[in-house]
Parts: sequence; C-alpha cells; structure tokens
Amino acid sequence: MRFLPLVFVALAAAAFFVFPYDLAFLTRILIMIVLVLSVDLILGYAGVPTLGQAAMYGAGAYAAGLFAIHVWADPVAGLIIGGLAGAALAFVSGLIVMRTHGLTAIMLTIAVAQICLEIANRARDITGGAEGLRGIRMEPVLGLFAFDFIGQTGYWYALIVVCVVFAALAVIGRAPFGMSLRGIHESRDRMLAIGAPVYWRLVLAYTLGGAVAGIGGALAAQITQLVSLETLSFTLSAEALIMLILGGTGRLYGAVIGTVLFMTVHHLAAANDPFNWLFVIGGMVLAMVFFLPSGLISLGHALKGGRK
Amino acid sequence: MTEILTFTDVTAGYGPTHVLRGVSLSIHKGERLAIIGRNGAGKTTLMATMMGLTRMHGGQITLNGQRIDRLPPFKRNALGLGLVPQTRDIFKSLSVEENLLAANGTMALEEAYALFPRLKERRRNGGGQLSGGEQQMLAIARTLMTEPQVILLDEPLEGLAPVICEHLMDVFDKLAQSGRTLLLVEQHAEAALSFASRAVLMSNGAIVHDGPSDELKQAPDLLHRHVGLALTSEEDT
Repeated sequence: MRFLPLVFVALAAAAFFVFPYDLAFLTRILIMIVLVLSVDLILGYAGVPTLGQAAMYGAGAYAAGLFAIHVWADPVAGLIIGGLAGAALAFVSGLIVMRTHGLTAIMLTIAVAQICLEIANRARDITGGAEGLRGIRMEPVLGLFAFDFIGQTGYWYALIVVCVVFAALAVIGRAPFGMSLRGIHESRDRMLAIGAPVYWRLVLAYTLGGAVAGIGGALAAQITQLVSLETLSFTLSAEALIMLILGGTGRLYGAVIGTVLFMTVHHLAAANDPFNWLFVIGGMVLAMVFFLPSGLISLGHALKGGRK
Repeated sequence: MTEILTFTDVTAGYGPTHVLRGVSLSIHKGERLAIIGRNGAGKTTLMATMMGLTRMHGGQITLNGQRIDRLPPFKRNALGLGLVPQTRDIFKSLSVEENLLAANGTMALEEAYALFPRLKERRRNGGGQLSGGEQQMLAIARTLMTEPQVILLDEPLEGLAPVICEHLMDVFDKLAQSGRTLLLVEQHAEAALSFASRAVLMSNGAIVHDGPSDELKQAPDLLHRHVGLALTSEEDT
C-alpha cells in the first residue's frame, strides 16, 4: 500500500504518452478524482452521507471562473479562491447539516445543491445562467506553462493538483483529527465521552471536504474555460458517490480507483451505445454491491478468501 | 474529604423513559466507590448520566462544585470525567495506537503503554483483532488519555479471564493511589467490595443502600436483602 501513490502517478504519467489523443478525457478523470476524494473525507472518514457535494464543486467553479474573468487569471490564485468558496459554502450549510443524521442530512445536502443551482440559474447576468459562464482565459501556470489546445498543460496541472490534494488528505487522515473522524464514524457517543467536540469536528471535516470539492470545481473551470449549471447538478453529486462506493470508502485509494473505473466504463459504454449505456453502469454497480460490497479496494482481500 | 461529584435528586433515562428515579449521591475526592446491583438496576444509566449520555428529566449534577448537567459529554470530559463503557466501543477500523490518539488527550502514549505493556506489543494491530482483555485494556487506556480526575468504570471485569481481572484491579489500585476518584460498577459484588472503600446498592433505578464496603462484607445478608445478590464465597457454601 505504501507504494500505491507512486504506482498511480506512474500510471497517470504513462497514460499521457499512451493516450495522447484522449487527454481531455483523462483530465476529466483527474478533476473528478478531486471531487470524489472530497466525498471520501466526508462519507468515508466522518461517516456523513452526502448527495450534494456538487454544491461546493460548483461554488468553487463559479468563484474561480468569475475571479479569472474579473480579477486575476492566475491559475493557482484561482484554485485558492475556488477552495475558499467551497469551504465557505460547506461551513455555512454544515452548521445546519451536521446537526442532523441519516436521511435528514442527505435531504439537506440535496436541498443546498438545488438552491445553489437555482441561484446560479437565476443570476444570469453574473453566472451566464443556462448558457454557462464563458470567457475564462487563464494565464500560464506559475507564469511558465500556458494552457494549450491539446490539453497537455491542463493534464499535468490537474495531475499535480490531484497529487497535492491526495497527499494533504492522507496527512489529515493519519493525524489525530482524521482518527477522531473515523472514531466518530464508528461511535459518536464514544468520541463525545473521550472529549471530542463531535459537532465541530464534523463541521470542520465538511468544510475541508467543501474546500477540496471547490478546488476540483476551480480546476474544471480553469481547464475547460467554461462553467455550466451541470457543475451544481444532483447527477454529479450522485455520480461522485457511486464512484466512491465502487472504489471503496475511507481509504482515498478507493476514490481514485472508483473514479477511473466509472469514468472509463462510462466513456466506453456511452461511445458504443449512446442510448443504453446506463445499463452497463447499473450492472456494474449491482455486481459490486453483491460481490464486493466494500468496493474494488477490497478485491485483493476477497481473492485471498478473507471477508469482503 | 472534599466532594468532587454530586447527584441531587436526579431523574434520568432514555427518551421519555425514566430509569433513574430521584438519585442523590455524593462522591469524595480520591474515593473508591463500588456501585452494585442486578441487571437493569440502573447502574449503567447512572454512569451514562454522569457523562451526559442520557436525557435528564430532573435534578442536578455538580463536578468540583460546578453544575455540569447541561454540559455536553466532551465538556464534562474536559472538566475531568472519564467513562470506560461496558460495551468498550473500540474503534475497529483504527489500530491500537490510533485508538489512543483519536482521544486527542494530553497523556503521552508511553504512559498508557507503561500501564498496559500488552498494548505496546499490539500497537499496530487493528482494534478488531484484539482479545476481550486487550480490548478492555485499550478502552481503559483510551479513557485515561484525557487524564480524567474521576474515572467511571462500567463492568470492566465482565467476561475476562481471572489473570486479566487481577491485572486490571492492580491498574485500578495504581490509579486510585495517584489520587484519582474511581467509580466501579460491578455485578460481581465480591470483586467490587474488595476494591472499594464504600459501596452503593442500586435497585429499580434508586439507591437502596449506601455505606462502607466492610459493612457489606461483614453482613452479606444486606446485599441479598437489598438487591438479591450474594457474595461468591457465600454462594460456594
């Protein structure tokens, strides 16, 4: 497991050379990995169910897009703005969502995303409404690497952001804060009794997750140079959750594996049968739930005959 | 002796259900108190109520003279209360060391390992891979990480081998000698009475007897009369 991150980076680097004409698709996978990692922090570590992570992703995308258009088109500054926007929305909504559990929490996360979607739709003068936010022109990354038409800079930029986010979440996961989140996931009462302010830790985890999702949204806005209402959609939130479940929760690697699997199958199935590709996705999810309920990450353990 | 924890006419339970009925109790600093009663007597609810894990319907609780009955559990812990639950609640997804670190306490890991060397040997093992005795050691060590002044031990010897029980009782002795206040809930009256200087008998959510442990040891019929329990030595004969 120690070398898995290096294996992922090596595979991602190899993909750049093996699939030079699919860089746009590969970059989309990397952006989605950031979003799914944010869901893993919230659901996999802290055990908070969410179907509204697109709200923070979209907030980050719109904030970074508007910042680039009206203030400064520096990519790194845009990422920070996107992260702050996602964190701010997550903090404010988290103050309410974290007071609830289970289905109520899920419904609230959906509601927040739907409200954001409607605001973005109505605020046409600022967001572009249904036509999306256009006119984003980014400066070169670090003043050195200009975004190109083929998407080479975008790919490496996205890969570096994924690596940084992954490393940061890995550090958080191994810190006492991350352990306390996993403790809260297993027993809120026990964590309360051993001195953890559970509510505020959950709000903090949700805020951090929102920041990560916001960074993902900002990345998408900068690379695609477009922010559409889809960035706030329920479908995006649900797909991110499915990707995480496919890969396995609470390990970060699961988020990476699940996203790659889902996006690749989606890509191939949709290319072969644009009308019925959802059957393939549905079948894959069903197979996973029945045969590997802990996700692909547990495949090795299951093959050795251990419990799934 | 100084009062450290007091219960005044406390009525508490789960949701609308009342389990404790008008419990009043005063615990002194450094005291070793045994709480004895049959299943369902309200012992665990008493502990949980001290920690803030039940719903209080009336009365008040103070710790070091400060009212704590409206404080959430983590604030009570910060003020010096620590609970080792009957269910142990080990975090199975975390290793032994991570279980201890999750408490985010002030005590050094080495201090916990000094009390329980077995945990040091198994520090990389998952919480779910431990034996019952090891789990209990971990549950106690995890509670100690925040250095509570009053330690609530809810049936810590339940289901453990005699050698483990002896080891745990030695640890409880050390903790008591270091000036901490220990409340021990036990169904096994003999073990509890041999450890504690004072014993409280509970039945149907109320305290039915409160006095020195020696009194109960010398007059075991009191135990039988109040809570229907007998000392093991009595049962053997």
